[in-house]
Amino acid sequence: MKSTRRSFIQKAALFSGAFCLGFDWFQANGKEVSMVQTTMDSGRFNAFLAIDPSGKIILYSPNPEIGQGIKTAFPVVVAEELDVDWKDVEVRQANLDTQNFERQLTGGSGALKHSWERLRKAGATARKMFVQAAAQTWNVDASTCKTSKGFVLGPKGQKASYGSLVAIASKLPVPTEVTYKNRKDYQIIGKRTKGVDNKNVVTGKSVFGLDIDKPGMLIAQIIRPPFGATLKSFDAADALKMPGIIDVVSFKNKVAIVGKSTWEVMKARGTVSCKYNPGDLESDSTHQKWFDEGMKTDKATVQRKDGDFAAALARSAKVVEATYECPFISHSPMEPMNFFADVRADGTVLLAGPTQVPQSAQKAVASLLKIDEKKVEVELSKMGGGFGRRLNNDFALDAAELSSIIKKPVKVMWTREDDMGGGIYRPAARYHFKAGLDASGNMIAFYLRGVGINAGNATRQDNFPVGAIENVLVESVNQVSAVSTGPWRAPITNFLGYAEQAFLDEVAEAGGKDPVQMRLDWLARAKSNPVGKITYEPDRFIEVIKQAAEKSNWKKKLGVHQGFSVYFSHLSYVAQVADARIVDGKAKITHVTAVTDCGEVVNLSGAENQIKGAIIDGMGHAMFAKLRFNEGVASPTNFNGYRLIKGNEIPTINAYFVDNGIEPTGLGEPALPPTGGSIANALYAATKKRLYKQPFEV
Amino acid sequence: MSIQLTVNKKKMSLDIDPNTPLLWALRDHMSLKGTKFGCGIAQCGACTVWVNGEATRSCVLPISAVANADITTIEGLSDHGDHPVQVAWDELDVPQCGYCQAGQIMTAASLLKKKPNPSKTEIVDGMSGNICRCGTYHRIQEAVKLASELASKKKTKSTVKKSA
Ligand code: FES
Ligand code: FES
Repeated sequence: MKSTRRSFIQKAALFSGAFCLGFDWFQANGKEVSMVQTTMDSGRFNAFLAIDPSGKIILYSPNPEIGQGIKTAFPVVVAEELDVDWKDVEVRQANLDTQNFERQLTGGSGALKHSWERLRKAGATARKMFVQAAAQTWNVDASTCKTSKGFVLGPKGQKASYGSLVAIASKLPVPTEVTYKNRKDYQIIGKRTKGVDNKNVVTGKSVFGLDIDKPGMLIAQIIRPPFGATLKSFDAADALKMPGIIDVVSFKNKVAIVGKSTWEVMKARGTVSCKYNPGDLESDSTHQKWFDEGMKTDKATVQRKDGDFAAALARSAKVVEATYECPFISHSPMEPMNFFADVRADGTVLLAGPTQVPQSAQKAVASLLKIDEKKVEVELSKMGGGFGRRLNNDFALDAAELSSIIKKPVKVMWTREDDMGGGIYRPAARYHFKAGLDASGNMIAFYLRGVGINAGNATRQDNFPVGAIENVLVESVNQVSAVSTGPWRAPITNFLGYAEQAFLDEVAEAGGKDPVQMRLDWLARAKSNPVGKITYEPDRFIEVIKQAAEKSNWKKKLGVHQGFSVYFSHLSYVAQVADARIVDGKAKITHVTAVTDCGEVVNLSGAENQIKGAIIDGMGHAMFAKLRFNEGVASPTNFNGYRLIKGNEIPTINAYFVDNGIEPTGLGEPALPPTGGSIANALYAATKKRLYKQPFEV
Repeated sequence: MSIQLTVNKKKMSLDIDPNTPLLWALRDHMSLKGTKFGCGIAQCGACTVWVNGEATRSCVLPISAVANADITTIEGLSDHGDHPVQVAWDELDVPQCGYCQAGQIMTAASLLKKKPNPSKTEIVDGMSGNICRCGTYHRIQEAVKLASELASKKKTKSTVKKSA
């Protein structure tokens, strides 16, 4: 902890004479926000707002940035309520510091929702203290003063910058009651704010995990066994003779090649041969068999039951059935996995690198090495994407274990092949749907069974249209595999959203209904007379659907085949209409209209980026991505075989946001789940061919 | 045998395995870490640099092949981060995670050198060899357009100055 302490003292010194307010960025209960004046080494708060006498405003952001824009969006909220000019704000990344910060993580699109209240309060509290300081100086009533762009304005034209009031304000007691701005007065929230890291990114100065360099640091790559196999022996005799190679060691069925530079390690690695005890090795055929068994078993877990599905199906005039198949896919963030560890002789450990969950890296490494968590320091780097992959700290554990064996600081880097072949995939699943329609085409019975491989509950049993349908049965089966899996952007729903929305399109067609009107009718039902509990707000659903239909000119465009979908996930609502055209005899998605209700849009530029990015991501993986398994080995393992969507394959996208001023909810994920559905339905409209498997293009 | 090359206008002499890809020579031996590793097989474009002015994938290019060549990396694209492409990238808020962007920018700047006023199709085609996993493609394409406008404005300005 020595250097953490030192770095805080350095920061504090930087701000001698500054106004510093500590607050909880991530506090679980937004209702009990507390603020305290601090010297920045107080032990309770996870974020700091500092204003120095020159008027410069600095915010320490504790949370990891993976490209979701949080490092910009959070400070925007503070700056708005503080009432300062955005150009005077500087945001700095803080390292993991469990003594000073309470909770630092990124994942689940939940951060803004949880922090909205406390971010506003932090800004508003500081603003109030500057107003009080000015009022005291001018000897006027605080209520007669206003603020604007970092200045307090007095009733008789007095004007004082926050910077000039620092000395007085920092001695005032911290107020507990504050009032917030009216949203019509927002200067920054809802506008376009550029990413705070842009300048460093465009000049190549940002330090990502792979760019970390530490004194005495060695480079390592690790050969991992096929899933399910154990290491019998390895031969590294040639490698050890090669220039720059320090050691080749083995732990937990892995073989690590350690050397002085990346290329030397890469070259030596090619000469190492490994022998494995095969064990139970899985192939695609194994997984198919597990799906078949899971579909047949009478031991499925009932996730939701409304009414009597079997009886309703039996009296249905028409039955629609469909099966959808979800392949394993890789996260493939642009920056492959990597991590630095230095397990030192004095019992302390330094970890550095890209992780979405630094605190669990600290815990996991402490428990691996059987040492006190306080001895493990974690530095955060910028991350070249995550998409859920960096929620699993396997890369940090590997680095720490290797460093403890070789007793040297080491950065473990994964090649793209390691990254794509080395695990933590989106779980594979198979979904079977059944719908029973009455004589007028209304769905009276709805059934879903999801069989997942390492997926836990592969269903989301409360998803719309559940809540609007009289008889529902949702069941799940989980098959356990040696292939490692984990959350992938919009876990489960990234595929399930497509399957559900594509199936509902079939239901609409079978019932002779318009897909949009059918959903609106169901939502009217869910609103007036819900079946069982509902987890969504029908009115917000209805609004995005109506706007999407209107803005896309639903079914009124000539020569365009449209597909509709709408999804509620991570507390946000997204409706999409995809347009397909026949180009050179082939159906092509040319345009997507997306209407999102994520409450208040904090940063319009960032929000648009997330919506468009998630749609492109959803479309690319639906169209092209699939990993195959053969005897425990995944393929393909690089971008020559595993196709990611490119710039000449994207549709134009119009992203709209519902302007309702409700407190903001997540944006990193919610636009992805509806995408597979809108494009599958548009492609069906164009070709009359239903798509039941991803990838659509094989 | 040491290999001589010029990197960002600086003369360098490297005494390493001549098969070392330029990418790793830059990153490990010259401390220029702005150029990124994405795939190692010339598929993603993250490692794009200029070799004698041409956008080139450095991950598959051995340094023996660039002896005496003139290399420009993202760090050397401009002195103050004010190349029109860099300005446009910031202006239109292109980056999400940012990892692919050095390669995107080097590709874009090279495209604009050859075609100062590219058409929409030329931009899309010229940029579509570079993968962005975050899906920033729309803004990349818009930013190339903006950069071409900024560059032509700059040019007219300096011509005006000269003639004045
Ligand atoms: S790293 Fe060179 S093209 Fe991907
Ligand atoms: S911005 Fe993340 S890969 Fe392009």
